[in-house]
This record gives sequence, structure tokens and C-alpha cells, in this order.
Amino acid sequence: MSETMKKVAIARKIERTNSREFIEALFDDFIEFHGDRYFADDRAIIGGIASFEGRSVTVIGIQKGHDLEENLQCNFGSPNPEGYRKALRLMKQAEKFKRPVITLVNTAGAFCGIGAEERGQGEAIARNLMEMAGLKTPIISIFTGEGGSGGALALAVADTIWMLENGMYSVLSPEGFASILWRDSSRVEEAATLMKMTAKDLIKNHVIDKIIYEAPEGIENNLEFTTDKIKEALRETLPVLSEMPVEELLDKRYQRFRQYGVFSER
Amino acid sequence: MNLFGKKTYFSIEGTPEKKRNDKRKKKQEPSIPDGMWIKCNTCKNIIYKKEVSEYKLCPSCGAHFRMSPAERIAVTCDEGTFTELFADLKTENPMDYPEYENIISKAQEKSGIEEAVVTGCGEIGGYKTVLAIMDSHFMMGSMGSVVGEKVTRAVEYATENKLPVIIFTTSGGARMQEGIISLMQMAKTSAAIGRHNEAGLLYVTVLTDPTTGGVTASFAMLGDIILSEPKALIGFAGQRVIQGTIHQKLPEGFQRAEFQLEHGFVDKIVNRLDMKETLETILKLHQK
Repeated sequence: MSETMKKVAIARKIERTNSREFIEALFDDFIEFHGDRYFADDRAIIGGIASFEGRSVTVIGIQKGHDLEENLQCNFGSPNPEGYRKALRLMKQAEKFKRPVITLVNTAGAFCGIGAEERGQGEAIARNLMEMAGLKTPIISIFTGEGGSGGALALAVADTIWMLENGMYSVLSPEGFASILWRDSSRVEEAATLMKMTAKDLIKNHVIDKIIYEAPEGIENNLEFTTDKIKEALRETLPVLSEMPVEELLDKRYQRFRQYGVFSER
Repeated sequence: MNLFGKKTYFSIEGTPEKKRNDKRKKKQEPSIPDGMWIKCNTCKNIIYKKEVSEYKLCPSCGAHFRMSPAERIAVTCDEGTFTELFADLKTENPMDYPEYENIISKAQEKSGIEEAVVTGCGEIGGYKTVLAIMDSHFMMGSMGSVVGEKVTRAVEYATENKLPVIIFTTSGGARMQEGIISLMQMAKTSAAIGRHNEAGLLYVTVLTDPTTGGVTASFAMLGDIILSEPKALIGFAGQRVIQGTIHQKLPEGFQRAEFQLEHGFVDKIVNRLDMKETLETILKLHQK
């Protein structure tokens, strides 16, 4: 198995630490808030307020389960439009109360279903991209496992983006890539390598800013190893972003996403 | 033929009447197969090609055929007012995708344009506006770096010059061959629209067949006003993907413009024959 596919397998492992466990380990006083105020409460996205070493924060994570029962509840970590709208509601709340937002991203992608289309999955994601780009409070995104396309990006228009060592982020799954572009699902490994979807690849083209390492025995067997590193990074970054004048913060965020593109000019 | 590489064809001064007409006739060819007769995919009738007007509607059932940007400009902008902008961007191969350069050249040959969107400035009923017109004939209108950059520059140009933006969308989504960089175009374009929005300026999208994936999930769905052509396919996920996920038959008319209108995601479905007038009225009502 190629190095990339090994990482993909780790990122997808059912035992892998999920957002609720990360929140538990990283923050105090977490109170979960529910619902998008329009339609429903999507349990694929959890969010609320908490404190990080005395600082109030809003935290939002895409939730996966460890067994079938849990996964049926959280739809295997594939949010519906109401999930993205709940996330946006909590982010706007954070903006009002001047709290930084921390998002934990771990999804195979936004859910593809009839209801999701009826309720405007495309509109929900689009709205988040635009609103996050202009949100007047700091946003930190941490990719903890899978980062599947628009469904991940909808929580990751952030000032700084970190990724765990075995995280990934791509425009679609390597399986999808192989079957759509080559009509040959057996070429998954080749697709995964070509797509440059690992933390090491992504830091090179500035899609992410920091790699957070995991214990060799597996993150689920030594979570503290990783959460200590995340805490250290938050301790360092939160004050810097929080003290930055809003205009400068938004300008930097705009420029961050503005720079993406590989082309030449005649 | 490289129509959009040469700005002079659409300069404000305009080209002599005869020359422009010649160009327009040639431009009708890409989306309709060669030969005197074509088959309408909607009503299945065989149509005499010369009966299809510049609006590219089926003379038998009124189905809206897919258009090229040149054809769209011809029926949308006041004659001779369109000036192309940002035409000089050239696609590169960020992911070292095999044969990408070849794929691009073939798409250019087939479509007669350089990339999947044409951007510029024009007038509709005398009202000046920035326009971006996507082309499904070019790699299914997929959004890579160049499409994202052109749309972003067009929107930024509009913000700077306090102009409205009208985007005609048609796209299969992100350009897979450019990997994660194509995904980032969704954030880039949406951020630019956010600034245009903050400046209190008008943004209208016209969703045309088909508008899906990453374009739906970014600038297509962010219009202050969202229009659509009749029966256009509009959605986030592709129908095969949804069927593969839920293993059930999709309802009749699923993800069509009428479905999106019913579910509240489109402001108005506008027949192509009325599109120019509708846009003109919208622009007029937003004059300060």
C-alpha cells in the first residue's frame, strides 16, 4: 500500500478520535447548542461555547461515530444543509460576542441525498464560504481526519489551518477521482498519490499552515500527545489573532484565499 | 478560431456589420452537430438547423439548447458594447496531471475559446455591467485556477468600479485535474463576492443548464437575485452520486430549475427570449 493510502486508511479508521472527544480534551465548560433555527438539528455537526484556558471560544466540529449506532445518529459525519446553517449561526453568534471560532473538520464530504438537495446543500455551503470570508472574529480550522471537498471547506475558510499528521484534504475522494476521471476504480492508489492530499503535500502548496503530529501508537491510544500540541499552538495563536485589528485580520484572510491559483499570463 | 483571444471583435467601437455577422454565424456551430438536421434531446423531434434562431431554442418544443459565450453575448448585450477582460490568463498544470496540457488544447479546439469562462464588461439596455459567462463546451465548464481567477478579477473589477455583476453559470463543478487548488477557487470567488456584497453592489446569477458541484456551492448560489433558464439542471451533487448513495429512484424533475424554484432557491425562471429585458429591468431598478 502506498504511503498516501496508508494515511487515508488511518484518517478513516472508525476508532479515530472524533470531534466530541477532541472538544472534551481541549476545552473546559463546553455547552453544546443545537439547531439551525430553520429546519432541524443536524447531529453530523456539533457546536457550542467553551473556554480554552480562560478564554471564551466557539467550537464547531463535524462528528463521526465509533460504531454503526453512533454513525447512524451523526450520518457518518456527512452534514446536511441544516448542519452548515447551524455552524453559520454559531459563527455569527461568535462574531457578535467577539469570541474566536475553532472548527474541527473530519468528513468524507457533505451528504448527497434527495433531502440535502431539496434544502439547498449548494446554497448552504456557498453561504458559509462567503460569510466566513468576512466574519469579524478569528477562525482557526483543524483537520483531524478526512477533509472531503466542499463539505470540509464550508468549515475551513479560516485565518490559520492546521492538520493532524494523518489528516487529508482533497477535491474529492481518491475513489471518486479514479472512477470519474479514469472510469477505473482499481486505480485508487495512483489517484491518491497524484492528488497530493496528505498534510506534507498540503503544507508545501500552502493549503495548510501547520502539521500536528500524532503518537506512533495511534492517536486514539495516546490522545494527550496530540492535544498537548494543539493546546500549545492555540496558546500561541489565539492571542495574536484576537488582538489583531479586525480590518487587518479580514485582509489577511482575504489574501490567503485570493492567492490560490496556478496559471500564467500572456 | 480564437474569437476571444482577439479583443478587437468586441471593442466598444464595434466591428463592421458584415464582419460581425460572419463571425456570429460561425459561432453557432460548436453546440449543434454538423449537418442540416439536428435532434432535440427534449422532444426528440428532428429539426431543420436553419430554423434554430440566434436564441438557440428548439422550434418544436422551446427547449433551451446550451449556448457559447459569444452566442450569449449576442442576445444579451447591446450590440458592440461587450469588451472582454482578463483574457490573457493561461491554464497551467498544478497537479502534474497526465496529459493535462493536451486535454486543454483539445477543449480549446472544440469550443473555440481559451477557458471555460469569458469575462468582460458590457451594456444591457444602456446599463453598464460586468459579465462572466461560462461555457459547458469547455471541459463541462469546470472551475480550475483560470476560471476562478477570471471570475474573481471580474468581481473585484466591479467592486472597484462600483458596477453590478451578472454571471451566467454552467458547470460540472470543480476541475478535478487541478486537485485541491480547484477547491480553493470556491473560497476565492465567494470571498470576492462577499466584498462586492459589502460594497452594496448588485450581483445577479443566471443559472443555465447544467449548474452543479463546486460552482453551485460557491458563486452560483450567492446572487442577490438568482434567475434560471427553464428546465436547467441545478444541484450540488450529481444524480449518479446521489443514486449511488441512497439507492433509490430520483423523483421526476429532480434538481431542475422548476424544482429549485419550488424549494425556494431560485427567484425567477426566465425564458431566454425574455432574459435581456428582465436583466435590463433589474439593472434599471438598482440605479442609484
